[in-house]
Amino acid sequence: MKHQIRLNVNGDDYELLVDPWRTLNEVLREDLNLTGTKLGCGVGDCGACTVLVDGKSVSSCITLAVAVDGKKIETVEGLAASGEKLHPIQESFIEKGAIQCGFCTAGMEMSALYLLRKNPSPTEEEIREGLSGHLCRCTGYNQIVEAIADAADRMKTDRGKGVKP
Amino acid sequence: MQTYAIVGKNVPRNDAEAKARGAALYTDDLKLPGMLVGRILRSPVAHARIKHIDVSKALALPGVKCVITGEDTPKVKYGNWRLFPDTQDEYPLAVDKVRFIGDEVAAVAALDADAAAEALDLIEVEYEELPGLFDTGAATQEGAPVIHEYCPNNISVNRKIQYGDIDKGFSESDYIREDTFHVHAVSHAYLEPCSSLAQVDLDGRITLWTSTQTPYIVQCLLASTLGMRENDVRVIKPFVGGGFGGKMELRPFEFCAAFLAKKTGRPVKFTLNREEEFLTGRRRHAMTLHSKVGFKKDGTLMAKDLKIRLDGGAYNAMGPTATFLCGNFGAMLYRYPNYRFLGEHVYTNKPPASAMRGFGAPQSLYATEVQMNMAAEELGIDPVEIRLKNAQVTGDKIPDVATISSCAFKESIQKVAEMSDWKNKRKNLKPGQGIGIGCYSFISGGVFNWFNTQFPFSAAEIRAYADGTVHYLTMASDIGQGSDTVLKQILAEELGLRMEDIRITSADTAMTPQADLGSWGSRVTLMAGNAILDAAKKLKAQLFGAVSARFNLNVIYELECKDGRVQAKGRPEKGVSFGEAVAMVQKANRGEQVVVRGAYTPRDKGLVTPAFSFGAQVAEVEVDQETGVASVKQMWTAHDCGTVINPKSVEGQLNGSIQMGLGYALSEQFVMKDGQTLTTNFLDYKMPSALDMPPSKVVHIDSYEPEGPMGAKEAGEGLVSPTAPAIAHAVHDATGYWCKDLPITPEKILDGMKQNKK
Ligand code: FES
Ligand code: FES
Repeated sequence: MKHQIRLNVNGDDYELLVDPWRTLNEVLREDLNLTGTKLGCGVGDCGACTVLVDGKSVSSCITLAVAVDGKKIETVEGLAASGEKLHPIQESFIEKGAIQCGFCTAGMEMSALYLLRKNPSPTEEEIREGLSGHLCRCTGYNQIVEAIADAADRMKTDRGKGVKP
Repeated sequence: MQTYAIVGKNVPRNDAEAKARGAALYTDDLKLPGMLVGRILRSPVAHARIKHIDVSKALALPGVKCVITGEDTPKVKYGNWRLFPDTQDEYPLAVDKVRFIGDEVAAVAALDADAAAEALDLIEVEYEELPGLFDTGAATQEGAPVIHEYCPNNISVNRKIQYGDIDKGFSESDYIREDTFHVHAVSHAYLEPCSSLAQVDLDGRITLWTSTQTPYIVQCLLASTLGMRENDVRVIKPFVGGGFGGKMELRPFEFCAAFLAKKTGRPVKFTLNREEEFLTGRRRHAMTLHSKVGFKKDGTLMAKDLKIRLDGGAYNAMGPTATFLCGNFGAMLYRYPNYRFLGEHVYTNKPPASAMRGFGAPQSLYATEVQMNMAAEELGIDPVEIRLKNAQVTGDKIPDVATISSCAFKESIQKVAEMSDWKNKRKNLKPGQGIGIGCYSFISGGVFNWFNTQFPFSAAEIRAYADGTVHYLTMASDIGQGSDTVLKQILAEELGLRMEDIRITSADTAMTPQADLGSWGSRVTLMAGNAILDAAKKLKAQLFGAVSARFNLNVIYELECKDGRVQAKGRPEKGVSFGEAVAMVQKANRGEQVVVRGAYTPRDKGLVTPAFSFGAQVAEVEVDQETGVASVKQMWTAHDCGTVINPKSVEGQLNGSIQMGLGYALSEQFVMKDGQTLTTNFLDYKMPSALDMPPSKVVHIDSYEPEGPMGAKEAGEGLVSPTAPAIAHAVHDATGYWCKDLPITPEKILDGMKQNKK
């Protein structure tokens, strides 16, 4: 039997009927057409599918949609809030060369967001810790680590101007 | 050194913003109205005859639209080596026989993924099992079962190279050593699982969106397996989440998507899951390498005799090329006055191995480099010195095979020794610490036309507009390495335009000029770069003619495209904007659009490649004496990739190579039992994470490749080779253990340490 659930995704409200076994990843990608969130392994090992649920980072591939009924979901598509202007994390990823094939990028950016909200000035070690659940086959991670450190600086400057991360 | 406005600069990648926003569409992100979901049924046995397949129950399942087996298909074999049709040994779906666990047996198209998965369970296949062959030894034994009827000894390809007088070389040697190395299979582990979406248009033509590195190869082989004309198949490469050699052939799900789309009249999409990727995806060849080398007392190389066996798995795939290249890489880096190579590609009942980043080099050079370090130790010569003594230099020839047109290998070795403080470090290491060196050479694309293309190896089209923009069309395939950006940089530089003045359409076989062999063997920068320069030269000739006429320029004037203008050199007042110049040409041709084409095919470049890159890497390692765990503390790299077009991209490639090289050396491996892959997820298949990456320093040696566009050549693929031998050397330095059997696991290190104590 299908279940009725409500999700708030990137500020938009949705009411959906879903099978109890459907994952959040499937609902985002297939039902809501939010394909920015990727699927790299489907079993919680690679981090490509990371989104934030009520502010916490989760692997959407092993999260059932019914389990997040009523929650607030943030995905990569919501990062650039106004649509046009990029989020500092995105800017840093672009500038620092943290993006190659881009398949891990959305997940990396969402974990970066989670990390930097929690810890606005992470050390390199803390950034690497924060990425330990993510795999990337292209970049060797170093430019991603650099990008997140750079984003931390940008977000501090923004906070000074009253922008919420 | 020439200075450039855009080449050599850290221009951000032109696709980075779309990817950062999550807006870049990969194949699995695409959806079409009425689309069906496809799934593949795979063989659960390693070697068997198919007695009978019954699909009736699957077909009767609600939601299932079509089920196909090999019997329903045109039964045309395919393979990348079209030049030698004998080597084309694969059917899209098994006919009569299965040859590995995972071999494709049937395919379904259904309304949704659940129905498709259920249908697979309802297909009944009766197998008559045959004995399986799981290593090259068993497969080459007298009387071994035959995996492919056409190949009675299971050795599908052999390749010999020989020059000089090997016996004389050894008889004149003071020191000879022979070693056997085993290197293991590893996964490309690109993060994007393979996906294909096929649609049939109203005329019955096929459009296939697919995660591929080689749209042209897919187009041709899909056409032949479907029994269609090539021009009736259009292949489009959307964004691709990495390939590393694993996506450069026609694959069964591509065929099945197209075939099922034809049969059902509806779009069909197949997306593999990670388990299927690990279970059946291509992999790097496991090999046994037997290498004999001879030296003079002073370290001068006299001879090398290299015999290798590749564990090819069930099909040839790109194995023939890997076999060929292993022999060539075996003769690279150093001057071997006498050399002999025998390579054999052996069928086994395992998932097929194929091209993977390095393409024979990581295996071949592991043996070369470890053996070099062993020899240096026994001869009492510093490993850096023995390399400098034998290193190849610009102008060196490998008889009948290649000429090295640029080579900063010695400079790379010297630089990496200096950066790592090699001499002092080696003296001052604490117990459990070690330092080691490994080197590489790599190709900038291949010159051997195994695909038997009738088109240039790469082609470019430029359409120029009076508004000052151009549209660049190429079949070259950006699979994440950043080639679209690099090619745009080359074009922008040549035409004096900005990046934003160039629109690029790439890798759509119906729209972009025929042809391009795709992204593999590090061919894109050099080949597509040269094609683009050829086109740009033709465009400039037209623009220069118009400007020269307009300003009545003396014939001795040099003209240039610079800063958005076409002008007499250094004389902006004697010139017009780029757009105006285009308008003038267009007017002169009575309105006809300004379009030029360029092409590149390497000619007279031997048998291997138009250009070689080189480099050297040093690793510092610490080994826990209790647990045997080796951790890499620091890497230093100096390499020669010719002109660096985009430093950040090259650095990114290098870091990615180190990640892969580290995994190859220490942690990644397929655990197999009787042909069954047991490591089918990222927990069991251990790829290095952000926490495992050592700090790394890199220097690009200043060099210029005459055959490359603006002096550029390969960057980023060859670099995957030196890491494992450098780490193996450092582990030896720390523990006394020489690893001749990758990967270097803690158990092997502890074992090796014990042996040494005895
Ligand atoms: S796709 Fe969810 S963790 Fe890999
Ligand atoms: S950029 Fe390709 S996987 Fe990270």
